[in-house]
Amino acid sequence: MIAEKTNTAQQIIDAVSASAGKVNFINDAALSDAMLFLENKGIPTNKHEDYKYCNVDAILKKEFKNLSQNFKEVTSIKEFKLENAVTIVVVNGNYSETLSDKIILKGLHINSFNNLDDNGKSILTSQADVNKDAFIALNTAFSGLGFHLKVENNTQLQIPIHIIYISSSNDQAITNPRNIIEIGNNSEATIIEHQITVQGKVFTNFLSEKLIKENAKLTSYTIQDQGENGFSVNTNQVKLSRAASYENTTIMLSGQLIRNNHNVVISGENAEAHLNGLFVIGNTQLVDNHTLMDHQVPNCQSNELYKGIINDKSIGVFNGKIFVRKDAQKTNAYQSSKNILLSDDATINTKPELEIYANDVKCSHGTSTGKIDESAMFYLNARGISNENAKIMLLNAFAEEVIDKITNEELKELIQKKLGFN
Amino acid sequence: MITIKNLHASVDGKEILRGINLEVKAGEIHAIMGPNGSGKSTLSNVLAGKQDYEVTEGEVTFNGKNLLDMEPDVRAKEGLFLAFQYPVEIPGVSNINFLKTALNEKRTYEGKSSMEAKDFLALVKEKQKLVELDGKLANRSVNEGFSGGEKKRNEIFQMAMLDPKLCILDETDSGLDIDALRVVANGVNTLKTKDKAYIVITHYQRLLDHIVPDFVHILYNGRIVKSGTKELALELEAKGYDEIKKEFENTPV
Ligand SMILES: Nc1ncnc2c1ncn2[C@@H]1O[C@H](COP(=O)(O)OP(=O)(O)O)[C@@H](O)[C@H]1O
Ligand SMILES: [Mg+2]
Repeated sequence: MIAEKTNTAQQIIDAVSASAGKVNFINDAALSDAMLFLENKGIPTNKHEDYKYCNVDAILKKEFKNLSQNFKEVTSIKEFKLENAVTIVVVNGNYSETLSDKIILKGLHINSFNNLDDNGKSILTSQADVNKDAFIALNTAFSGLGFHLKVENNTQLQIPIHIIYISSSNDQAITNPRNIIEIGNNSEATIIEHQITVQGKVFTNFLSEKLIKENAKLTSYTIQDQGENGFSVNTNQVKLSRAASYENTTIMLSGQLIRNNHNVVISGENAEAHLNGLFVIGNTQLVDNHTLMDHQVPNCQSNELYKGIINDKSIGVFNGKIFVRKDAQKTNAYQSSKNILLSDDATINTKPELEIYANDVKCSHGTSTGKIDESAMFYLNARGISNENAKIMLLNAFAEEVIDKITNEELKELIQKKLGFN
Repeated sequence: MITIKNLHASVDGKEILRGINLEVKAGEIHAIMGPNGSGKSTLSNVLAGKQDYEVTEGEVTFNGKNLLDMEPDVRAKEGLFLAFQYPVEIPGVSNINFLKTALNEKRTYEGKSSMEAKDFLALVKEKQKLVELDGKLANRSVNEGFSGGEKKRNEIFQMAMLDPKLCILDETDSGLDIDALRVVANGVNTLKTKDKAYIVITHYQRLLDHIVPDFVHILYNGRIVKSGTKELALELEAKGYDEIKKEFENTPV
């Protein structure tokens, strides 16, 4: 299908260029490729197969007519801090050394993109291909001053790292936060990425390149809570080496638009990847989860569990692609999408896409969509439990399968409180 | 306690209850018997407030109040309890949480404070013992993976916890072996007081050997066609339901 180009991209380029200097930590070749892609292809509309239910072009046109890029400084992030974590803060797309913790953990390095070493430079843009997607191109062309988080080989980080991406603008703005996360051989880390907008209407175009080296393990959480004026596209480009393990749990708490592109390249044998997601949406929210499990080598497994509670006129999307290449024998891939529709006007679109080129594999998917179970409701009512409490109990029961994937107790409690199920 | 007058109810436009009249006073046990499909569960569900059924005529007064005007949860808070013929499995909702919420909602309704955790657990222990329910079941999801007998015992356990005024037992005996039947009956008899009333719905006489009714009614085709004392149940057992069917199948509506 031919994606028609509109002038939205040019307007963004003009607005952002006017307020930002040249991105000097990304090589010129990548920058010009990114610009070229944007100029030629533009921001995707619903004519683009991957953005069928998520017309970002139209949303930007409608909601961001006055992109002033007039940011507001953030001076405190106290209320968002976790008690037991190392905090890293990114304000309006730029890593803030002042607001971030100074704590030095053995084996943990955090370098601003301004101070990248050769290894960091070689990773930057190596995973996220600017010619693949408009938002990768946009982020590359106008990347915020991100950071390279590196966990050395043979390091077990005992404390989770909490990255707070906070946006604040006086009216309408676009930010492009970006990072590289690298977990060295035989190392283990927990990283919580938390997206918040405190003021103004902000479109966050987030990009993370994650490398999980041999026998390393990354437990990753994404908490999306940008409020009713929050719009975001989030690209995670993850690469797993031999025997690496990656588990991400994304909790979508708020945001008018949330588009997640979670791409996992499994390039080392005996690696495993798990993606879990929970969204609870209402009003006219749009949440679109696109995942890709790219099985390139034999003997790996992947697992996906996405659950949605969809109310009012909101729209949920789950599109899960499992790609099993010719060499990837003995692949074990499973995918499940379960949804509850709370209103007649709510919509869910789920689509598993299995492309399998190897012959000795186990791949399966399951999807279910239903309403709240009326007989269970009546049973609870008949014991004297009000409709309101009965509904909370049943929704909590539904969401629990995903919430239970959160092994960090402090975070789990915070999420339960935010969801209001307990 | 409860007065049912000329109660008619339909589902999807089909009339199932066709004029039920029944009065149950505090301290009494009424048995309702009748062949399959005669409307016994429909009557229970209508009294408990299930929305699938439409009441087209009649009235029900429960402790002086109009029962049919109340939401299902309010009926329960007012002291009505239905032990379901087919208890519902609710994966992900723990039995204990469910009971705590139910009990505390009722207490709030009565103007009492929530129960202390310690007192609640003591009560759970005591009532579990009464119906010989395995303590492990309390921590599982409501009815999930319970055997038929465990589900029925769980109903009586909930009844014991919530301490209702009017208990409707809908075929609580079906699917129970003789031991389980004794346990359930024993539970009911222990809980019985002079301010409570029971409506015991059953297909068979055998439960009534253990829970002795003051009155027995025969429900057929959506109406109570015959009422009597406990001897009526024995007579029914001896003759079988075919006799009743023959006698009443041509009764005009
Ligand atoms: N929810 C329902 N939808 C349609 N028909 C129903 C429903 N509930 C009961 N019925 C019908 O009403 C009649 C009485 O059923 P029920 O009350 O379950 O009888 P009993 O409990 O005496 O066996 C049956 O013909 C049954 O099929
Ligand atoms: Mg029945």
